[in-house]
Amino acid sequence: MAATAMLAGAAACNSTNGNTSSSSGGGDKCGLELAYFGALTGSAANLGVNIAQGAELAINQYNEKNKDCQVTLRKFDSQGSADVAPGLARQVIQNKKIIGVIGPVFSGESESADPIFEEAGIPLITPSATRPTLSTNGWKVFHRAVANDLAQGPAAGNYIKSVLKAEKVFVVDDQSAYGSGLAEQVKKVLGAAVVDTDKVQGDGKQNDFSATVTKITSSGATALFYGGYYQNAGLLRKQLTGAGWKGVLVAGDGVNDPGYVKAAGNDAAEGSILTCPCAPAAKASGTFVADYKAKWSVDAGTYSDVAYDAANIFLQGIDAGNTTAEKLNTYLGTVNYKGVANTYKFTDKGELDSAQIIVWAFKVTNGEVVPDVEAPKS
Amino acid sequence: MSETTAVTKGKLRNPLRGWYANLPRPARWAVLAAVAALAYLLPYVAQVPIVGPQIITTGIDWSSALFNMSYYVLLALGLNVVVGFAGLLDLGYVGFFAVGALTVAVLTSPDSQLQTKWPWLAAVPVAIALSLVSGLVLGWPTLRLRGDYLAIVTLGFAEIIRVAADSTGFLRGDRGFSKLPHPPGTYSDGKPIFGIIDATPYFWLGLTLVILVVIGARNLERSRVGRSWLAIREDEEAAEVMGVRTIKFKLWAFAIGASIGGLGGVLFAGQPGFVNSSSFQLLFSILVLAGVVMGGSGNIPGAILGGVLISYIPDRLRNVEVFGKDAFEYRFLLFGLLIILIMIFRPQGLIPSRRRAAELKDRAKEVQA
Amino acid sequence: MHYLSEHFSSLFRDFGQLTTTGLAQGAIYALFALGYTLVYGVLRLINFAHSEVFMVGTFGAVLTWSALGLDQNSHINGVGSVVLYLLVGLLAAVIASGGTAIVVELTAYRPLRRKNAPPLVFLITAIGASTVLSELVGVLSDRSVRSSPIFVQPHELIRVGNTSLTNVQLILIVTALVMMVALDLFINRTRLGRGVRAVAQNPDSAALMGVNKNRVISLIFLIGGLMAGVAAVMYMMKIGTTRYDSGFYLGIKAFTAAVLGGIGNLRGALLGGLLLGLVENYGSGFFGSQWHDAVAFAALVLILLFRPTGLLGESLGRARA
Repeated sequence: MAATAMLAGAAACNSTNGNTSSSSGGGDKCGLELAYFGALTGSAANLGVNIAQGAELAINQYNEKNKDCQVTLRKFDSQGSADVAPGLARQVIQNKKIIGVIGPVFSGESESADPIFEEAGIPLITPSATRPTLSTNGWKVFHRAVANDLAQGPAAGNYIKSVLKAEKVFVVDDQSAYGSGLAEQVKKVLGAAVVDTDKVQGDGKQNDFSATVTKITSSGATALFYGGYYQNAGLLRKQLTGAGWKGVLVAGDGVNDPGYVKAAGNDAAEGSILTCPCAPAAKASGTFVADYKAKWSVDAGTYSDVAYDAANIFLQGIDAGNTTAEKLNTYLGTVNYKGVANTYKFTDKGELDSAQIIVWAFKVTNGEVVPDVEAPKS
Repeated sequence: MSETTAVTKGKLRNPLRGWYANLPRPARWAVLAAVAALAYLLPYVAQVPIVGPQIITTGIDWSSALFNMSYYVLLALGLNVVVGFAGLLDLGYVGFFAVGALTVAVLTSPDSQLQTKWPWLAAVPVAIALSLVSGLVLGWPTLRLRGDYLAIVTLGFAEIIRVAADSTGFLRGDRGFSKLPHPPGTYSDGKPIFGIIDATPYFWLGLTLVILVVIGARNLERSRVGRSWLAIREDEEAAEVMGVRTIKFKLWAFAIGASIGGLGGVLFAGQPGFVNSSSFQLLFSILVLAGVVMGGSGNIPGAILGGVLISYIPDRLRNVEVFGKDAFEYRFLLFGLLIILIMIFRPQGLIPSRRRAAELKDRAKEVQA
Repeated sequence: MHYLSEHFSSLFRDFGQLTTTGLAQGAIYALFALGYTLVYGVLRLINFAHSEVFMVGTFGAVLTWSALGLDQNSHINGVGSVVLYLLVGLLAAVIASGGTAIVVELTAYRPLRRKNAPPLVFLITAIGASTVLSELVGVLSDRSVRSSPIFVQPHELIRVGNTSLTNVQLILIVTALVMMVALDLFINRTRLGRGVRAVAQNPDSAALMGVNKNRVISLIFLIGGLMAGVAAVMYMMKIGTTRYDSGFYLGIKAFTAAVLGGIGNLRGALLGGLLLGLVENYGSGFFGSQWHDAVAFAALVLILLFRPTGLLGESLGRARA
């Protein structure tokens, strides 16, 4: 009885498919699901929301084109916490319809959730977890759609050294795995040019930086590298400008977000250099920026575009008939996808192919983040 | 008006409690054993028709949710010793949890500078001992302080521990320790009992620890130590005059509470294979305290219920649709409302200790008089 | 040895600057701490929700400014319009904070007082109220940041060596001083203030003497809320952005400041606030900013060990053991 009902259902799905010309695959891909895995509440929520909305936009666009055969995005709110992540990951793998995961968003939660996805064979594309060692665990399901700290950190350092030609550089990080990891790489490149360093608390935990500002102003540094996320970077930049510091703030993709300019104000943010492991031409192409704004009535933020691409890679894989987790994972190994933020090709470890990694420096000009130059390799 | 409802509700509860208290001793043991046995079956509660599917969490793996509850309950039991039994307000209890978890991480993880890479089990006694010592270190200089001053100092202590965990290279901060070993043991086919996919064995381990701690706490409560705590809680000066060595017994409370908190950290560290400093947020201490008081401060079943609720409610509210919208975003909002409502309608806690309830009745009478 | 001397030299080099910026931050703590201390002095209650009362105030001000078409990039010319906008923002913040404080008192605390619940229960309800408020604002604001315009562009008033005092810093410190003195006068010199003191000293006798206890308590929450509103506008002037969780840590710090000075003591709140701002900054200068909070709490523990009721002791209520 149940079996016949199922057959009927499948047949119904097939028949509706036959009516639309756009989809060519079988009924298999109907009702498949993807998961978003990351923070939606808690102090890291805003970064997670950027990513979830980017992914959701891709899925919505897909579903509009394929009205009869929808893919659902399930959102799993990890609160950015490595403690919550394992339980959620176990829930993800129990849902047999979920064949791909966008996330986990942070490196910490990746450490505790990825082994579970690996064991279950569910492919994942993280748009934002940049800890280099994540790809050295032999996980076959792990894919990273951004450059890790080893690529971006030196690029930012080289920019400071060769383009800004700053002789005195101050380095601050927010002690997050991301921020301190990046700051370490920058320090390595700059060597003796680093006059002093300081560490602050993460977003939401500190918003007065007077001691750090004092140290920076009296160090005589002409450039500041900030390893961390956009909110505190913006506040720090604003307070530095308020204290009369005229140097340049350089930061990584965690700060490459409209929120940075918003927190600092246009005047203070002017001239800040924000690196991003993405190509500006790709960034400008397509209607992504406009679509995002239309859908969510806010500007696309850090990693929104990468998440959009990650979701589209999965969707393209599903369209190509890879309707099981295993097939989809194999498919990711072969992918060569030109998205809005980058061109994606994964190595066998799941990293972006180094040929695809281009780090660009963006400059804040009149409140807009615009492309400046490609960051020098040395 | 509202006092009388509180009192009548208390009376309504009494039949069950009275029935239990009137049972002969062996029968009471049998009831407890049956309850414990049922608790071990909780991972399979979804199989129970009709009721089961309502109980389990649908947004997070049920066994993992149960495991989370088990270490929250451990913490609630430990904090209950400090706050409920001895009446010392501790707002920084997460500090001891941090000491326990970090000790395990430092001794077992390949990321640790020590490179000892001990198995989980070997690190357990060291972690508990260090938590105990940290309880004494905090307790000894601060016990002179009373009430809210003690509260803010304990809060400060936990923040110092968190900052140290965040900022010292040795403790690795947010980068954390990865590849922590799991508890030992293999099935006959060589597969590890404490694996990656299934959280049920972790829950059973947690539940076993909870039962051991409950037995220990219950015996303590009824011992000379427990009676001294009670005397200190009710009236410290009077206790001192009657010859209770208050400092000694307060230190006892801190040390025991701290080691249970450390045990919670040890249990916690064994499961996800990864520990970093962001697990030791201040909010966590506050949450556990809210659990203890909601459940019924000073009462072991109350503390257990409180520990379960603070973990269960936010997890249960995942994947729940309210007005056709996933309510996950509102779950802490609802949780806060629930805390207020519980406290207003049952200020003595959901399962109050009989003594506490009596004290409360006295206070209520004072108002009426 | 070399390590130490390097730390000392950076502390000494920046000492003056760390002092002025520390005092400015301390002024915000102090304004914030007044609310804790008032409520604690009368009710012996740590009003955990006070941090959210402040946060709602910042949103009150920011939303009003955006309704008037101002954002973080607006340039406001002329002293007159700056003062006008600031006053409008202040009014909005004070209404938002004061209103929130009263709502919290009426819905979360008063029902408990009627039952004469023990202090711990109040604390937990306060935690619940705090969670509700911050989550409510979080949901309504999409957990995103809201920014205000720069009303007063910081510029140096005085400079001695590498130490400078800016106009913004001066405004903050003076505001904190004025508010403390005004509150002190209110409590000690007015009829309503006498009622407050009476309730703080002995609620039951005060009731017998014809003081309406509940009204006094509502008044206390209202004043605490107003102070939080002022602190909120000062904060927006200094920091310029807010978020649903911006009150939490500041609240913990302000409460620490209140305890440091002697909770229940208005002058203690000012002293504690300024001192905490200084200690944090010196600590950050010496050890590095990551030890900011640890230094603050270590100072608190040390001071309480030698003066168990804070620097100035408790004074609003009865002397307590």
